[in-house]
Amino acid sequence: MATTIESPRTPYSVPRKRGVNWEKWGWIYMRASGVLLIILIFGHLFVNLLLGEGIKGIDFGFVAGKWANPFWQVWDLLMLWLAFIHGGNGMRTIVNDYATRPLTRKILLGAILFSVVAEIVLGTVVIFAFDPCPAGSPADLLPSFCPVNQ
Amino acid sequence: MSMVIDEAPAGGPAPEAPIEAFTVTLIIRRFDPDTDTEPRWQDFDVEMFATDRILDALHKIKWEQDGSLTFRRSCAHGICGSDAMRINGRNRLACKTLIKDLDISKPIYVEAIKGLPLEKDLIVDMDPFFESFREVQPFLQSNSAPPKDKERIQSVADRARFDDTTKCILCAACTSSCPVFWTDGQYFGPAAIVNAHRFIFDSRDDAAQTRLDILNDKEGVWRCRTTFNCTDACPRGIQVTQAIAEVKQAIMRGKP
Repeated sequence: MATTIESPRTPYSVPRKRGVNWEKWGWIYMRASGVLLIILIFGHLFVNLLLGEGIKGIDFGFVAGKWANPFWQVWDLLMLWLAFIHGGNGMRTIVNDYATRPLTRKILLGAILFSVVAEIVLGTVVIFAFDPCPAGSPADLLPSFCPVNQ
Repeated sequence: MSMVIDEAPAGGPAPEAPIEAFTVTLIIRRFDPDTDTEPRWQDFDVEMFATDRILDALHKIKWEQDGSLTFRRSCAHGICGSDAMRINGRNRLACKTLIKDLDISKPIYVEAIKGLPLEKDLIVDMDPFFESFREVQPFLQSNSAPPKDKERIQSVADRARFDDTTKCILCAACTSSCPVFWTDGQYFGPAAIVNAHRFIFDSRDDAAQTRLDILNDKEGVWRCRTTFNCTDACPRGIQVTQAIAEVKQAIMRGKP
């Protein structure tokens, strides 16, 4: 079999990897979402704890009132998704750094993925399907501002 | 070593006190692959002056107490990068660590650098370290010939851009202080990135893009957690973490 020997001056080229560079985008995501989360979380805390009656104003009706407004629905949705993916990615990094046994690593990463997905799905459902006055509920379980059932 | 002075002349300087020697205890992590299955700690007492270095203490032990003590050293003046080791939990060059800078009321712990395979006593296998160093192509690659019989001209500002990273002596103190490298031996490590930085930002070099592609890998610069252990460990004072950050920025810009 004939062997071709490369010319000694042939530049060494690195095969470029195809596909998305997840490590790079993960790194950029952590910084971008971090900045956004600072605004979202401090805005959230300011509106909930300082404005109006402050911390004493928080009750079922307060949350129901907020989620009746699409602005706060989007705000909370953004906060939920950004924070959980940010936190999940951070936990993934810590596991990658500290879990030395492959099996431990797999279990921990699986648990993180499961909890992130579960919380995001549940949270999203609650934000959009939230109804403070579900029809057909007994009147004594409903908050006072609901129209009284016939 | 002692000088006899009869009488200090009146009005002259007072006679100097003899230089004080201390007994310093060194606890060294020994490992002999022929007899030991696990490394063990062994302590030695040596008479040292405050101006002596840890390397002198190791020499004294090897020459006067236990000839089997094994360590690397070449120039003994902080240039060759042979004697990086973990002294009191910090990566230092044994030849640049003075006794007077350490708390000698307690024993001084000396062990091999971490994250690389231990071969004997204070010697580790440096091959994985130099393997990732070679992978970043740490040599000048130019597409054009220099002017005939002349050197390649570079402005002062262009030279200053990578001045800090030219100081690397490849002692591995940074890479073996990196917690990411400890758990993931595939990571390029700070030293390889520093040496890539030295050529990526060199205006005479034309292969920056290739090096950026190499470091834009899963095990490349994105594994860096900015722990600053490397900057702290560098015996040459290189701002290692900053160099890594500059490479990250260059990858995101797509050019140096």
